[in-house]
Amino acid sequence: MELVDNLALGFSIAFSPYTLMLAILGCFIGTIVGALPGLGPSNGVAIMIPITFSMGLGAVPALVLLTAIYYGAMYGGRISSILLNIPGDEPALMTTLDGYPMARNGRASDALVISGVASFVGAFLATIGLMLLAPILSRVAYEFGPGEYFALYLLAFATLGGISSNNQAKAALASCIGLMIAMIGLDPNSGLPRLTGGNLHLYDGIDFLVAIVGLFAVSEIFFFIESHGKSSAVGVLVGKVRVPWGDIWATRWTMLRSSFVGFFAGVLPGAGASLGSFMTYMMEKSIAGDKGGFGTGVPKGVAAPEAGNNAAAGGALVPMLTLGVPGSGTTAVLLAVLVTLNITPGPTLFTERPDVVWGLIASLLIANFVLLFMNVPMVKIFVRVLQVPPAILLPGVTMVSFVGIYSLTGSYFDLLLVVAFGVLGYLLRKLDIPTVPVILGILLGHQMEKQLRDAMVLSDGSAWGLIYTRPSDPTDLSLIALGLLIAAVVGFVAPIFLRKVLKKPQAVTD
Amino acid sequence: MSDRIFGLAMICVALVYIASAMQIQVSFLTDPIGSKAFPIGVASIAIICCVVMILRPDEEPDWPVLWTVVSIFISIGLLVAYAYALRPLGFLIPTAIVAGALSYQINPKPALAALTGLGLSVGLFVLFKFVLDLGLVAFPKGWF
Repeated sequence: MELVDNLALGFSIAFSPYTLMLAILGCFIGTIVGALPGLGPSNGVAIMIPITFSMGLGAVPALVLLTAIYYGAMYGGRISSILLNIPGDEPALMTTLDGYPMARNGRASDALVISGVASFVGAFLATIGLMLLAPILSRVAYEFGPGEYFALYLLAFATLGGISSNNQAKAALASCIGLMIAMIGLDPNSGLPRLTGGNLHLYDGIDFLVAIVGLFAVSEIFFFIESHGKSSAVGVLVGKVRVPWGDIWATRWTMLRSSFVGFFAGVLPGAGASLGSFMTYMMEKSIAGDKGGFGTGVPKGVAAPEAGNNAAAGGALVPMLTLGVPGSGTTAVLLAVLVTLNITPGPTLFTERPDVVWGLIASLLIANFVLLFMNVPMVKIFVRVLQVPPAILLPGVTMVSFVGIYSLTGSYFDLLLVVAFGVLGYLLRKLDIPTVPVILGILLGHQMEKQLRDAMVLSDGSAWGLIYTRPSDPTDLSLIALGLLIAAVVGFVAPIFLRKVLKKPQAVTD
Repeated sequence: MSDRIFGLAMICVALVYIASAMQIQVSFLTDPIGSKAFPIGVASIAIICCVVMILRPDEEPDWPVLWTVVSIFISIGLLVAYAYALRPLGFLIPTAIVAGALSYQINPKPALAALTGLGLSVGLFVLFKFVLDLGLVAFPKGWF
């Protein structure tokens, strides 16, 4: 009955008027951010972080606000996928495959409602999964030493590119770029500067927030200058919103299956929501077979990826909270928030700060119902947001990100770095090099190096220290570390061969 | 071709990175790995990835036409200028100019762009200063 007690504690925190208001506000902002083409959950959370800090919110309220934005953006991402054929973010790409054809067949509102309900099912089940799995995993996490953590980080980076990217070398290069940037600054072990080129501004290292805002938000403006905002005109009309009960009932097994698969895809560190929506779409496609008509605008093709990516979003919180290793780009951003708020994620979080964990879980449960309400009966409000011309929207987003960073650090040098990362982000995205691994590299680089060095100290410099983690008894093989290392190698090599068999569907064009 | 150029450029960056990692000062008390090995290792993996990119490049991306490139460079210049101008010139004037200019580059309608610049600068100032209580300065020092 520990679970009930914990939940009671959580709800007592979540139902305080202030926290509740922040959760609802977060859902609203999140859905808007998700709905806007080109702005995904990671951008949304990244732009909001400096503002949240400047407002001086405490740990629980700040976390509730930001995770509500995260969930909201995962819901909202489907709106621009369905209506504009522009995925709001990477995982929403799969929703365009059937969502946009459905909208063109005049079933836009049906597609929005079905995907909204699917998002709810996925996110709700995943939050329950988080509630059940996270405490168990946090007990396992006590067994983790430096060797295990290093193997886990390696697994995260190896699977990050994975099946949902197009080129393994590029994904690995992106991770390396991130890790290389992370090394800039003072060496935590010796306290001596590394790779700063003598620039005093770089002694503190490069703030990941600067990198995120640059790579995600500022690079977007260059894309809009290139396209002159043409691609984002709403071509599809949304009629009166009615609930297509028949379709929802017909897709019930699809939603449940996809939530299950999506959740576990999300739990894998590194894989994240993109893998969730990809796997669930491919799975449902093969279950339905040729007669299923996937790709022509069928309800199942909308329900599967949406349930999958929202479930994965919840699943990705599991490794983030229990191990401190994020499962996706946005959870990486949330991890950074936790660290900045002086909360150390990991097994001890569940025993030392139950208010944070359970307050967060309870808020997520509430946020799900709020989001269902916002995204089904009120969906037309968010469709209206898409009609804001990009010529107003994008300068606004840029200015908000700049002021956010400036108010946090007060340094012109960080603003210059934001611009530099914006240019880098534009180039990387043009060359089809994923940007999420760069962020993860910047964020996890220090920890990864520290765990490796600690493992080597324990083993006196022998590489076997990675799997024989106890120096006193070097015959004691760590099965966890070995398993994670094997998984990392398999996770990196397998997609190279799988890609020939299982091709990732590319975005449909008119 | 773009993949190859980028790969080559990254190899150069990684080599410079390795060279400067070699120069890292080491303290007298150090762990078995030290502070050089990890950066050098990561940069070496980056070089391997670049070589793969050069040997097996992907399809060429659609690069924008020359005029768009010029326009992107102009906006980069504007944003850099904004970074330098924010402290001495206050929030309102640089924001209005940069937001307006960016808006004009996305959609070349002067009236809409001017309104966007003005509206965003005043609107965001009110939002940040009075609603969120951030410490922003409106005008250059000594104007009022």
